[in-house]
Amino acid sequence: MEVRRDVFQAIADPTRRAILLLIAAQSMTPNAIAEEFHTSRQAVSKHIQILTECELVKQEKKGREIYYHINATKMKEIDKWIEQFKKIFETQFNQLDKVLFTIKKQKK
Amino acid sequence: MTNELLFDFTVDKAKKTVYITREFDAELSLVWDAFTKKELLDQWVAPKPLTAKTKYQDFKVGGKRFYAMVSPEGQERWAVQEYTSITPKTNFKMYNAFADKDENLELPGSEWDHTFSEQDEKTKVSITIYNESFERLERLLDGFTQGMKMSLGNLENLLATLSKARS
Repeated sequence: MEVRRDVFQAIADPTRRAILLLIAAQSMTPNAIAEEFHTSRQAVSKHIQILTECELVKQEKKGREIYYHINATKMKEIDKWIEQFKKIFETQFNQLDKVLFTIKKQKK
Repeated sequence: MTNELLFDFTVDKAKKTVYITREFDAELSLVWDAFTKKELLDQWVAPKPLTAKTKYQDFKVGGKRFYAMVSPEGQERWAVQEYTSITPKTNFKMYNAFADKDENLELPGSEWDHTFSEQDEKTKVSITIYNESFERLERLLDGFTQGMKMSLGNLENLLATLSKARS
């Protein structure tokens, strides 16, 4: 069974957020990324793997080296999703406004 | 009705928490009832065109509300809210999880915390929603949007039929 990676879990980790911030400015090789952290290269590459799996970062081959860069589309998707979620609450609360208004009128 | 009511919505992705603050133009006891009584909840919690129905509710610590969001086509999405803490007219907490129609929970769920306060004849409600998994919130959203998409689909069909009839 294929387990779908949780995008939000991916960005819940501080190291992975730091990686995203780092490569948001410029695309980087895994070695260059690893040098920025006080953890093992293995640990960093595991983080990169998770970010790649949920499509938050993309890889690109330049010559022999692999470069990682941020997938802006996917990042926007998350914001869009949050925006939709906000809209649902807005709709709910507007409905509640009407219910409250009706009850208040009845009481008078 | 005024539209000048405060509405604040922020998401802390790292803490997997959603923070919502909303003001309502009504006295606290009425707003409290609207959030805690099934007769009132069913009137507003389902974003249209969905409707809500509560099968049963026992508003006390350890008690539950078992309810469904129903699509215009009659599709039901059941969920359970278990009340974990209640301070009347001030605060209540609950654990919310999806379920099947036989009340079997689909875990993990989310923890909801509601705080009520009254000022200048308006009532402020602050809600925090903590999710063990954000994927779950995503599913929550899917449930809502499905209902809406379905009715949009109906509208498209209707429009297609109408335009055919014209030509």
